[in-house]
Formats: sequence, structure tokens, C-alpha cells
Amino acid sequence: MGFFSKRKKSVLPGFGLSMGFTTFYLSLIVFIPLSALLLKSFELSLADFWQVVTTERAIASYQLTFGASLVAALVNLVFGLLVAWVLVRYSFPGKKVVDALVDLPFALPTAVAGIALTALYAPNGWIGQYFHALGIKVAYSAFGVTLALIFIGLPFVVRTVQPVLEDIDKELEEAAASLGANRLQTFCRVIFPALIPSLLTGFALAFARAIGEYGSVVFISGNMPFRTEITPLLIMSRLEQYDYAGAAALGTVMLLISFLLLLLINALQHWSNQRQGGAK
Amino acid sequence: MSVIELNSLNTVPAAQLRKATAEPLWLRWLLTALALGFLTLFLLLPLVIVFGEAFAKGWGVYLAAITEPAAAHAIKLTLIAALIAVPCNVIFGLAASWAIAKFRFSGKQLLITLIDLPIAVSPVIAGLSFMLIFGARGWWGEWLNEHDLGVMFAVPGIVLVTIFITFPYVARELIPLMQEQGREQEEAALTLGANGWQTFWRVTLPSIKWALLYGIILCNARAMGEFGAVSVVSGKIREQTNTMPLHIEILYNEYQFAAAFAVSSLLALLALLTLLLKSTLEWRAAKDYAEAARLRQVE
Repeated sequence: MGFFSKRKKSVLPGFGLSMGFTTFYLSLIVFIPLSALLLKSFELSLADFWQVVTTERAIASYQLTFGASLVAALVNLVFGLLVAWVLVRYSFPGKKVVDALVDLPFALPTAVAGIALTALYAPNGWIGQYFHALGIKVAYSAFGVTLALIFIGLPFVVRTVQPVLEDIDKELEEAAASLGANRLQTFCRVIFPALIPSLLTGFALAFARAIGEYGSVVFISGNMPFRTEITPLLIMSRLEQYDYAGAAALGTVMLLISFLLLLLINALQHWSNQRQGGAK
Repeated sequence: MSVIELNSLNTVPAAQLRKATAEPLWLRWLLTALALGFLTLFLLLPLVIVFGEAFAKGWGVYLAAITEPAAAHAIKLTLIAALIAVPCNVIFGLAASWAIAKFRFSGKQLLITLIDLPIAVSPVIAGLSFMLIFGARGWWGEWLNEHDLGVMFAVPGIVLVTIFITFPYVARELIPLMQEQGREQEEAALTLGANGWQTFWRVTLPSIKWALLYGIILCNARAMGEFGAVSVVSGKIREQTNTMPLHIEILYNEYQFAAAFAVSSLLALLALLTLLLKSTLEWRAAKDYAEAARLRQVE
């Protein structure tokens, strides 16, 4: 038993108690339920499993889920950098309030976000009416799904880039400037490279959050199979038909992708911390 | 570096230097306007429309919507779920961060990744997993049924998935902070004759109090707002297993928009309160941190 066992004697007490409770609670709340999911999907033969996760409807749902999540994460990458930049470098009245408000998508329940965005972008909504006049459907389309996912992922890039940007030494920029670089060159060659790890981390976090999202999308998407049905919704509809093995198979695919993303995010964060530590 | 370049270094005038380390005014304005426009569109307008629609039919409808029995019951159930889930995850967060931050053991990084897992898992998958254990055709379904213990489509199921969804929030706040603080202070306390619990209560807890409160607030906000996972396991029985977010969905699907937004406005207020407390805590923590740094300098 080398795993989770103490390597060096410490004078502090409580390792056995705290570690024991941690592993017990982790197993009870996370491991047992997730292994139930995996085992249920193994009830299917490999051929059946493959068939369930590659039906036309499932593939359409992956395309929407990953496509919309990717677009949303890209939008958040660009605007997240912009918002972080403005919050760190410029001052304007009400900046503290704006800074606090960035975390709203973390704090606002997804169902509330879902109905609020749907009300805004419905054909007769505050914003939706203008798109409607142009013949563009926002709510109940892939466009609407993407908007909900942008909302959900908005804080991630801002919050990963902001501390790094605050830490960048002004002297580096002055050095670049005194060596004759103009502002754009300084940004592209000095500031931007230092931000890359945190930008990627924020992007991956926003993407990972978006592919699992359910609450805000379910209202704005309209949930039409093949067109606006995301994968979590497809799982839900399998469940409603009492097709537990099918739901578990789709869940397993999603779970594996989430876990891989989580590993990638941890590696990115590690890289980001190292880069930040090295710069000091 | 050549001599010519070195010479030109001295000749860059101050104004040009400033120009090169800051953006021109028009660009600052443009970037600020773009950022604020984006935030208005995506954060402010959804918030405004929640309150706007909630009061669209007047105070009477608003008050009726949040005081009718089904709504009152949903509010009560949401509070109960959070009241159980948050303390459970606080105890877990303290235990996990103590083990991870104060001791060296192999597999630590893996353990931290596993603790983060519930954040990455889709809420629907979380609900489904619990369903496969406690549901009628799940692992323990038959046994539970024989003993007349309802977990699925009942309050215990709602509490369990809420615990799952909010599992990492306290631990995530505490682990990095306690790792940074190290264990010298605790070791000193023990050397001076304190026992383990005294050390924990008098040395560790005061130094992590802001982060702990911060974790509790985030955990609570997620617990009260959870929708996807709860909607799988609750069965949505009115006045029995309906939480606030589920109640909102039902009202919305019944086209009772004013009522749906009225209940939503309560959750939106909770979100705003969460943000306010969060900013206050960050400010307090920064103040304490600065004070500690000042004291170290005086020494």
C-alpha cells in the first residue's frame, strides 16, 4: 500500500483521521456513484455500446455540444482577455462593482440564467426582436445554445488571466519600449507570451464547463432532436424512456472526456504556475 | 548589444517611453467601452430582465408567487438541502486540506485531481449515477424498497446529489492556502504543549478563516442553485420534492412567466449577496495579509 500512505514522519497529529475521512467520503460521494455509471454501461456488449454512442442523434448532439462549447470558449478567450486587461490596466468609475459582477455566472443558478437569456433572445424579447427583424433566430437555435454557454464560461478566462497580468513587471515593458519596441510589439512579444498558459487554462476550464452544462441550455435550446439537442439532454431523454444502460453509455463517454480535460487543465495550471514562479 | 543601439537607448525621450508603455487615450476608451459593452450584454441585461419580468405584473403578483404554498415549500426544501450539504462539505474540506497540506504522501496530485472531479462532471451525469445506485432498478433499489426507504424521488436523493455537486468548493479554497502556509506554526504550537485539537482550533482555523468562509459562500450558492442533477433525482413532485430551481422550471413551462421570474429574483438576490460577501471577504483577507506582512517587516 504505497498509495496515499505517509512517506515521512511528521510531528503533526491527525494524518490517519483526516486522510481516512477524506478517502471514505470521496469513495462514498464520488467513486461509488461514478463506478455505478461505468459498470452499468459495461452491461452492454461492446458492439451495443458502440451502437448506442454513435447513433445519428447522438452524433448530432456531440456536434452541437462540442461545436457550441468551442465557439463559446473562443469568444470567452478573446473577451476574457479584453475584460481582464481593462480591469487590471485602466481605471473607470464603478470598476470594483464590475470586477465583482464578473463572477455572476458562478453565483447565479443556471435555471435563472436560462430563463433570463431565453426571455432576452426570444423573438419578442428585448434583444431577440432586433434579430427577429433581420430574420435571425437566436433562442431555440444553435446560436442561442452558444450564447448560454458564453454566459456560463465568462468568468474563467478573466479570473485566470487577471492575477498573471497583475504580476507582470512594468519594468519589462519599459525595457522593451526603451529598446525601441512600439506598444503593439511590446504587447505581442513581451506581455502576450507571458499570458499564454493562463489563457489556455481559462479556455480549457470554460470549454470543460460548457460541455457538461444543462440548466441554462435546456430553456434556450428548444430541445429539438438532431438540431438543438445537447448530449446531457439526450441522456435525460434516454432516462425518461427508462433506457438506463443507454443513458449510462452516453454518460460514460462524456465522463471520460471530462476526466481527460481535467487532467489537461491540471497540467496547464502546473505549467502556468511554473511560468509565473520563474518570472519572479 | 552594439554601441549604436546603446547610444539610442539614452536618446529615447520620456514622452516616447510613456507612449510605448501605455496605450493612446482613444484606444483605452475603445477597449474599456468594448469590455463594458460585452459585460452589459451578457451579465447586466440578464440580471435586469429577471427583476423587470418579476415585477412586470406588479407587487401583488410578485408577493403571491413567492408566498404560495408550492413556492414556500420549494424554498424550504432548497434551504434544507443546502443546510445539510454545506456542513458535510465543510468537514470534508477541512479534513482533506489538513491531510494534503500538512503531510507528505505519494499520490497527492492524483487525490487533488479526484477532488476536483465533480466540477468537471456534467450535473446530469451526477444525477444519473445516483439513480443507478438508489433508483428502483439500481444496486440498492430493491433493498431500499423492501425497507420502505425512499431515496430517489425523495429528499435524501436531492441532498446526496447536492453534496456531490458542491463537493470540491471548500476543499479547493483551503488546499492551496494551507499548502502555502506550511506547518511551522502548528509545529510551534505543539512544541509549546498544545494538543492536536487545540492547535487546529487556535492556530490553523484563525489563519484560514476568510478562505473557509469564502468556500462556504460559494458552496452554498451552488447548493441552492443546482438544477440538472437535482432534476434527474427529484421526480419534481410539487410540495414534496421540488426545489426552487425546479419550481422555476415548472412555472416557466406553464407559461406563468411573472411567477417564474419572481422566484428567480430570490435566487438572483442570493447570487448578488454571494458576490457582495465574496468581495468583502477578499478585501478583509487582503487587509489581514498586508497587516501580517507589515508585522514581519517590523520584526
